Amino acid sequence: MSNRAWLFLIPALVLLSISAFIPLMTVINYSLHYIFAGSAPTYVGFENYVEVLNDPAFLKALGRQMVFSLMILVVEVPLGIGIALAMPRKGKGVALTLVFLGIPLLIPFNVVGIIARVFTQSSIGVVPEFFALFNYDYNVSLHTTDAILTIFFLDVWHWTPLVALLCYAGLQSIPDAFYQAAQIDGASAWKTFRYVTLPKLRPVLIIGVLLRFMDSFKIYAEPLLLTGGGPGDATTFLSLHVARKAESYELGYAGASSIIYLFIVIVFSYLFFQLLTNIGTGENK
Amino acid sequence: MARIQLKTISHTYHPPDLPEEEKAYAVSSLDISWGDGTSNALLGPSGCGKTTILNIISGLLQPTAGQVLVDDQDVTRLSPRQRRIAQVFQFPVVYDSMNVFDNLAFPLRNQGLPEQSVRKKVQEVAEILDLQDYLTNPPAKLNAAEKQKISLGRGIVREDTAAVLLDEPLTVIDPKLKGSMRRKLRQVQRDLQKTMIYVTHDQHEALTFADDVTIVKDGRLVQKGSPEELHSEPASPFIGYFIGSPGMNILGCSLKGEELRFQDFSLGLSPEFLSRIRGTGPDLQLGIRPEFIRVSPEPGENTVPFEVAVIENTGAYWVVTYVKESLRIKARVPESMRVQEGQKHYLAFPEDRVNLFQNEQRVI
Repeated sequence: MSNRAWLFLIPALVLLSISAFIPLMTVINYSLHYIFAGSAPTYVGFENYVEVLNDPAFLKALGRQMVFSLMILVVEVPLGIGIALAMPRKGKGVALTLVFLGIPLLIPFNVVGIIARVFTQSSIGVVPEFFALFNYDYNVSLHTTDAILTIFFLDVWHWTPLVALLCYAGLQSIPDAFYQAAQIDGASAWKTFRYVTLPKLRPVLIIGVLLRFMDSFKIYAEPLLLTGGGPGDATTFLSLHVARKAESYELGYAGASSIIYLFIVIVFSYLFFQLLTNIGTGENK
Repeated sequence: MARIQLKTISHTYHPPDLPEEEKAYAVSSLDISWGDGTSNALLGPSGCGKTTILNIISGLLQPTAGQVLVDDQDVTRLSPRQRRIAQVFQFPVVYDSMNVFDNLAFPLRNQGLPEQSVRKKVQEVAEILDLQDYLTNPPAKLNAAEKQKISLGRGIVREDTAAVLLDEPLTVIDPKLKGSMRRKLRQVQRDLQKTMIYVTHDQHEALTFADDVTIVKDGRLVQKGSPEELHSEPASPFIGYFIGSPGMNILGCSLKGEELRFQDFSLGLSPEFLSRIRGTGPDLQLGIRPEFIRVSPEPGENTVPFEVAVIENTGAYWVVTYVKESLRIKARVPESMRVQEGQKHYLAFPEDRVNLFQNEQRVI
């Protein structure tokens, strides 16, 4: 430790402890206490965890969250790959497509939520107006499926470009020789995709899947701004559920559910990472 | 296996609507023919159009003009697959998600061959290439030489392969493995009698692999012949210098009466030699290989004094650079001879080892 280079780590460590370590410890601390405003907190061990895991509202929010994230992955990843494959490789079209794809990524979550809210409002919104043309009564504050599908569509619109851009970068880095070899070997278009493109995209797909999984798993602003988690609790995803508990000063419950939440994200991210790293490498044969 | 012919092939990467005088041609009016079952090399400096020629043969590139024939059949408009031409690229191309066996089987399965024959063929090829121990391994774990063998294996596994093109296949291979890999390629070619065309800028690789070497420069064919021919009878000063290490010495000279005049010395010529070069113009270039220059510390008949400038030790012999005014000549000197910088040596140029060029063309 005599090496003074370690000193350079101090700013990063200070920032990290303020932004991550201290809050995390605080949350863990909360999760182990019964806290009621005005009186001193009492230590209750893992009681809060037991309560959270037995709470039907939490389990329902978790289930909703899982289904939602799965839908996101199933749609955004193949769609992203498809868009990347269809994008022009050279010429003026490249810059144009990149800008076009980049625009959604530049819009903050809350702005997306507000745009959606304005667009879907039953009195003035363009979306209900559009569906009215087909005699469909679109109403996000009344119909569960309308609300869920609207948030789903928002997310696909907002974040598929990220997957597409990652894949596009990945495609650009595949040397032509691989396609030429496949051509010489007489591979069909599908086989070329399956055995050249897809394996070569693996590193960017791992990043894409992990990012989209983690981000969609903490979706918050869009459902909050669109319907406040409704109608009923139809779009009360995990983050909304936890935040609501914290807002109502159930800090012990909120702390415990946050830790469980974090644990789930880590476990699934790890599983996805392992799966995507090893699948089809011939390692397990 | 098959005979490959190029007929007046030209190619430009410029768009066709560009005026003709602004187009730069990567290769122009090439006429080359490679015999059935032969081992060939396509040799030339970097950027001379070798890869363009290769891609035209394999069908990855459509030539701007000219025809490609495989066994006298015009295949210019056919796809690489239809031409049955396999290619090994500069860096190994393997399918990462398949094991070695599946890699080798890939072209056969694409042909729809029954699994039983696939297995038999793959085993055969794996044995030829010493890959039988790795068949179930993922290729990612293999070294570049083994990966390159897989690449080659996919080419030779198909019975109907007309030719295998090798595009600088040893570029990324560890120097220690280059030698054995080169011998393997040679042996595979001999055993299978498949037409192979080996593209390289490395004369050593070309000359050791091929029975027939084609030299290309600036997109044009400069000479085609056996390694011996290229070495002893180069068609131009460029080839003389390009082939051999160190290259041929090229000296400007002029024919005056019965002697060749250089900057500040002249060489007398025998009547036989004179009769062979009769009719050529006065401005000539003399070419002589470093190993054929006779070096002596004592003056002799028809010798020229030169001063030792640089001595390089190759281990087996010295390569000595001699200077005389602005002339520089390299000669191979046996290690038994004592050489010191600044020494004066007498150089003789044996007539039977001398090449004469005029206007970049060989005269004798």
